[in-house]
Amino acid sequence: MKYMPLLVLMIFMSCKNESTTTEVADSETEGKEVKEEKVIPNRKFKIYDYDGLEPLINKVDDKVHVVNFWATWCAPCVKELPYFENINAKYKEDGVEVLLVSLDFPKDYDSKLIPFIEKHQLQSKVVAFDDTDQNRWVPAINKDWSGALPATIIYKGDKRHFYEKSFTKEELETELKQFLK
Amino acid sequence: MKNLKLLAVVLCVFTLSAFTTITDGDGYKVGDVATDFSLENIDGKMVSLADYKDAKGYIVIFTCNTCPYAVAYEDRIEALNKKYADKGYPVIAIMPNNTDVKPGDNMEAMQARAKEKGFTFPYLMDKGQKIYPQYGATKTPHVYVLEKTKKGNVVKYIGAIDNNYKDAAAVTETYTEDAVDALLNGGEVKTKTTKAIGCSIKV
Repeated sequence: MKYMPLLVLMIFMSCKNESTTTEVADSETEGKEVKEEKVIPNRKFKIYDYDGLEPLINKVDDKVHVVNFWATWCAPCVKELPYFENINAKYKEDGVEVLLVSLDFPKDYDSKLIPFIEKHQLQSKVVAFDDTDQNRWVPAINKDWSGALPATIIYKGDKRHFYEKSFTKEELETELKQFLK
Repeated sequence: MKNLKLLAVVLCVFTLSAFTTITDGDGYKVGDVATDFSLENIDGKMVSLADYKDAKGYIVIFTCNTCPYAVAYEDRIEALNKKYADKGYPVIAIMPNNTDVKPGDNMEAMQARAKEKGFTFPYLMDKGQKIYPQYGATKTPHVYVLEKTKKGNVVKYIGAIDNNYKDAAAVTETYTEDAVDALLNGGEVKTKTTKAIGCSIKV
């Protein structure tokens, strides 16, 4: 057992060799408290860059937060949107909050996003996310995210799951229930 | 001592694999040798990497007609081919989506789009969706820069084209160009992987 510390050290060293080609560090995101919030009057949603969005997807409270990244042009996103609306309504009293983060391009806010929200009478909170520095915020949102849409985060306090996938209605409820215990 | 080192490596592999999630997939990492393929181009001819006898490497881009991010990058993909094909790094574009799910990406639509935009690079159909999973592509657009070596086409860069999908004029980091420039100059690619937002590949 006297080799134990050496063994541990070697594990770390051999791991280090393995990881020299991993992702670009997201250290840029640390220590920045700047919140930029572009609020345009009469809009049904606020528009954020990553510094603005970051606190909204890292809330520290007793609620279960479900954050879905979507866009009106993304067919699998639109297909699963009713499932998010469903849990937002069904589990509201259990402390569940759904946040729909739209990645629609700003040029489409008036022509596509607002009509979509109105047509489907979305009840969950919608925000628009406009930040082009993808290599900064994709890994900051989750290190395992390849960047493909749709993507979803479910978190409560320190417990946090990330999903780069589409859900069925049942799958989403099953995942959510893990957080409701 | 030898056994101890072996044990350490084995443990390391186990530890790493324990933290590997499904989303990582089984695709290529930088340093892997990438597979060649034979895929149909928009002109009806079959194209393989091996057809490019004089190439020093390839800029393989999984892209499509229907994804707004891919569309936003069309002109920049064309510009990459114009800049690097003659220097030995042609763009090879591959459309990975299931065209039953995305009819807007079928062969006729690909031909029409290529004609409209005047693409000078091959725009290939990943028929049967066999190639993109081997590369580990998850979205469009998704770039793989390969260097032709004696042991095969080695993956040197994976990720984004640059750091602004919306506005080519506002780009400050040209990741793919930097990778190809480094290879052309015989140097090491500094930024080997980046992350980009994109549309999930439709299966």
